[in-house]
Amino acid sequence: MADIKLEFVAKTFGTFAAVRGVNFTVDHGSFFVILGPSGCGKTTTLRMIAGLELPTSGRILLADEDVTALPASARDIAFVFQLFALYPHMNVRQNIGFPLRCQNYSRAQINKAVEEAARLLQIDHLLDRRVGGLSGGDRQRVALGRAIVRRPKAFLMDEPLGALDSEFRRLMCGELRDLHDRINATLVYITHDQLEAMAMADRIAIMNQGRIEQIGTPQQIYDRPKTMFVADFIGAPPMSFLGVQTALRRGDRIIQVDGAPVEIPEMFEDRAEGPFVLGVRPENVSFADSSRLRGRVIGAEYLGTTQIVTVTTANGQIKARLPSGNPVQIGETVGLKFRPDRLSLFDAANGQVLSTELSAGGHDG
Amino acid sequence: MAEISLVDVSKRFGVVEAVRGLSLSIADGEFVALLGPTGAGKTTTLRLIAGLERPERGRVIIRGQDVTEKVPAERDVAFVFQQYSLYPHLTVYDNLAFPLRSPARRMDEGFIRRRVQQVAELLHIAQKLGNRATTLSGGEMQRVAIGRALVREPAVYLMDEPLSSLDAKLRAELRLELKRIQRELGTTILYVTHDQIEAMTMADRIGVMSEGMLVQLGTPREIYERPRSAYVASRLGTPSINLVPAELLADDLMPPEVRTVGLRTEHIRICSTEHAGPRARVHWVEHLGDQNHVHLTLDTHSLVILADPAQDLKAGDQVSLEFMQPLYFDQAGNRIAAVGARA
Repeated sequence: MADIKLEFVAKTFGTFAAVRGVNFTVDHGSFFVILGPSGCGKTTTLRMIAGLELPTSGRILLADEDVTALPASARDIAFVFQLFALYPHMNVRQNIGFPLRCQNYSRAQINKAVEEAARLLQIDHLLDRRVGGLSGGDRQRVALGRAIVRRPKAFLMDEPLGALDSEFRRLMCGELRDLHDRINATLVYITHDQLEAMAMADRIAIMNQGRIEQIGTPQQIYDRPKTMFVADFIGAPPMSFLGVQTALRRGDRIIQVDGAPVEIPEMFEDRAEGPFVLGVRPENVSFADSSRLRGRVIGAEYLGTTQIVTVTTANGQIKARLPSGNPVQIGETVGLKFRPDRLSLFDAANGQVLSTELSAGGHDG
Repeated sequence: MAEISLVDVSKRFGVVEAVRGLSLSIADGEFVALLGPTGAGKTTTLRLIAGLERPERGRVIIRGQDVTEKVPAERDVAFVFQQYSLYPHLTVYDNLAFPLRSPARRMDEGFIRRRVQQVAELLHIAQKLGNRATTLSGGEMQRVAIGRALVREPAVYLMDEPLSSLDAKLRAELRLELKRIQRELGTTILYVTHDQIEAMTMADRIGVMSEGMLVQLGTPREIYERPRSAYVASRLGTPSINLVPAELLADDLMPPEVRTVGLRTEHIRICSTEHAGPRARVHWVEHLGDQNHVHLTLDTHSLVILADPAQDLKAGDQVSLEFMQPLYFDQAGNRIAAVGARA
């Protein structure tokens, strides 16, 4: 069992609080992604798990053992930096076996481990080739082989795909996920790229200013964001927000937006009159002449299959993802319709989601 | 009038032919994006125009003047690199003013001040002019780097993936800003990218490159709707076009020489199993940040299409498919028209 558990972990550099009391558990064998903008504290968190930084307070447990004060070398964890750094003068076998040679394993042990790693990565036919002549994809697989050959309790990866072009990154995401499933590894992966996170993670923790905003499956995070930060960070384009001033009662299914009734998921709490924010994702917006919620089209971005149409309303800007066949005129006034069961409501003062049929549904981890 | 012309330009590095017989004309005020994977020759093309590389063959013409033999400083171009390189010891103002203060230009400080102010406002960094470059965020630094090119008014701006080092959110913002600025100033831009979204949303025309050659040049809509080959078709569209063997489809309009059929997500309709048509099974539904993809298994092939938010599909569901307006490709991957249709 190689659970990784962080309890109230905090890290301060001088007067700067990089990580402010983080709690989470990475289950054995799961793919856990920490996602956030640069400076949110994700790398510091990872370095504390690795033992490269000592927490200012809190505890870190690895397979139920308190490792908070143990040095990196005493934790059975592999830290993978950029994936593509290979030794050009060595062949594939020597590159993969290098970490074991450094630890004085016997030749037979090394051969066995290298061959097994190569088989998992489906590069066993390349073992005696020089790395110089390999395709980009195979080079990445060799680099991965070097990371998995030791079979540590857990892998930590710091934006390993950051330097690749988008198409190749997408391919490697698929392979990394497959590899994870084959070796049943516990993996903590950090990135600022939401597509990587969504494509690979079992669970995602979204960090902002040293704190975790939400932990959940990709779909929970996308469909049921707990804060406006999460709603805005995930999605391309992100969720659109409309400001509304109203009072809300438990059981409400309609909210007035600029005098137009908009259907919402059933309210599960009472809230006194105040400023709230209605959040809608672009694919849940459509145009309907009959709607009393009106806006003016100010832009359309053609994306081939779909187009992103930007509409301004009295309460804020809405982005709609529509089929690119729909004719849209810049400057025209349109009626807006939202898919009711997919709307989020937030408290404008603190950005926290209100309890509704949508936000209270499902269980976040 | 063409601002820039490349006429049959070739460049090789040792045994690698980086650019092969490339001809391209960019009009005044036009935004052209070169799109292709790593190693397609995009950056080399840009460097040939800038004069950072010399072609073995062909000519480079800027504003009607043959500059093939000229050094970079004699060419009227500004280059924006992928990695912003600002002078860390200088303020934002001095970084922006730097290109205008070069001894070759000798502009008076009054002019420089007006120009820097104007560009800073355009890029929304006017309030940062007094800051040291090192105190800026990544997005601000990249804006300063773009601004340093904009203070000059060259015949063309050459941009080599200027947004690729930024995170997704910032990239989306700067994409819109760069397009706005280009439109407002009427500048001519040749922009290199491997990101189809950048190419489609900013460019007037996209040049698709493969192995040193320009394989198609056209508006985003032309490239998307009438790709010349299966390669071009697979460059644009998310999820990417489904390429399946011709035998899989029985279709009267299909010419006999068709080997591969391209089906874009919008050309596949999912119907209930009462509907006649090929049967497929939902393999899994993938949740991505911006859209959900349905992976279908049809015979032994897999198809990926965009999920319709109103259609709740789950793994294991049996569905029936309807195909509309497929694209046809021959043995060599070139597109051929459907019987009775316009290519």
